[in-house]
Amino acid sequence: MVNCLRPKSLDEALAFRAETKALPFAGGTDLMVKHRGYSGTGPRFDRPVLFLDALESLRTISLSNGLIRIGAALPLADILAFSGLPELLRRSLSSIAAPGLRNRASLGGNIANASPAGDSLPPLYVHEALLVLKSLRGERQVPIDKFFTGPGASVLAEDEILSEIQVPLLGQGLVYYRKVGTRKANALSKISAAGYALTQNGKLTDFRFAVGAVAPTVIRLKKAEEMLLAGTAEAALQAAAEYLRPIDDQRSTAAYRTQTALNSLKEFMGMHPQLKSIKMK
Amino acid sequence: MKIKMTINDQSHTLDVHPMMRLLDILRENLTGSKEGCGEGECGACSVFMNGALVNSCLIPVLQCDEAEIFTIEGIKDTAAGKLIAGAFAEAHSAQCGFCTPGMVMAAVNLLRQNPNPSEAEIREGLSGNICRCTGYDMIVDGIQLAARRAKEEAVPW
Repeated sequence: MVNCLRPKSLDEALAFRAETKALPFAGGTDLMVKHRGYSGTGPRFDRPVLFLDALESLRTISLSNGLIRIGAALPLADILAFSGLPELLRRSLSSIAAPGLRNRASLGGNIANASPAGDSLPPLYVHEALLVLKSLRGERQVPIDKFFTGPGASVLAEDEILSEIQVPLLGQGLVYYRKVGTRKANALSKISAAGYALTQNGKLTDFRFAVGAVAPTVIRLKKAEEMLLAGTAEAALQAAAEYLRPIDDQRSTAAYRTQTALNSLKEFMGMHPQLKSIKMK
Repeated sequence: MKIKMTINDQSHTLDVHPMMRLLDILRENLTGSKEGCGEGECGACSVFMNGALVNSCLIPVLQCDEAEIFTIEGIKDTAAGKLIAGAFAEAHSAQCGFCTPGMVMAAVNLLRQNPNPSEAEIREGLSGNICRCTGYDMIVDGIQLAARRAKEEAVPW
């Protein structure tokens, strides 16, 4: 079996990552399934493993100046226990897996796994989260919508680790989260969607909608958002449809995903007083 | 590699490969925890790690260095363990019994956080555990019975 290290200091972790290109491993709830071996023989990793769970600096959570900073290796259960957690994240993280898995799975893992169906991602797109990537070379911040390059692929360099997720708080608007899966617990999503709508002085001033599992990465429906802000709901739905490029797979079909994603957008618009009054088919 | 951990309140230093799964290490001596799916879906391998419910099939043992592990064998002889065993027997909460150790761990985890759970809270608490025999209703009954008895008899979870 492979070489592995579970350091307590970040410098040690970054040095091991740079030297060996080791696979970063926090809770392991995806990685241990992906690299599963025969019962009793241990998992099968084809490269060294860098455990992140003993790095205290990656296990903190704080809120100041309208920004929540979440350590990438902090388990979802600990994030959910944070009283200042925004509603969208609370709803999405509590819909992931089941209690035992949420005690191990980390937000950093859900992101770095780069699945288009990652349930934390649509809320993070709506919040316009920033990801902090660290290496011996230094640190950089990447907006979440610039991080993913395709299913399972991201801009994370071979010597970098995702260390922190910075989530700017939203205003006092209406939020929306919908996960569509086969069952409530332990289901991988057919689609998931998150939305935010802010009205100021009776006018819709901010509208955001992100959908997962309908394209190679999670997507924000930017053109549709702009059209809704301009008050043209029918055109917005047509613009939304152009973003949707789902696939048929074992969990769902492309046709079902397209319809359900559009239904989610309509459902959110129907919850909003301003948008509800715009006539739709 | 030497790994130090506490299992059911006894300290151990194990000389094992760091990538071996906690479940396999435990089952060399303690066979109460079961391997169902090996993918974190079924909950049959549930144990407590530093007081938190986890799937032991997904944890390389290196991550357990300096950790406290508590298994169904550790719960069995406690007052809470005897109470829940009695309640499960009375409510017919076990049929084949394969899921039962994991169900008991998930139940105790829930009851520690919420000693008086509603039916919906029990179902959420057990949502990571699969049973193919009972249809779950009898397990929910068993946990409701255990919760009631623990309150009456002042047994702590």
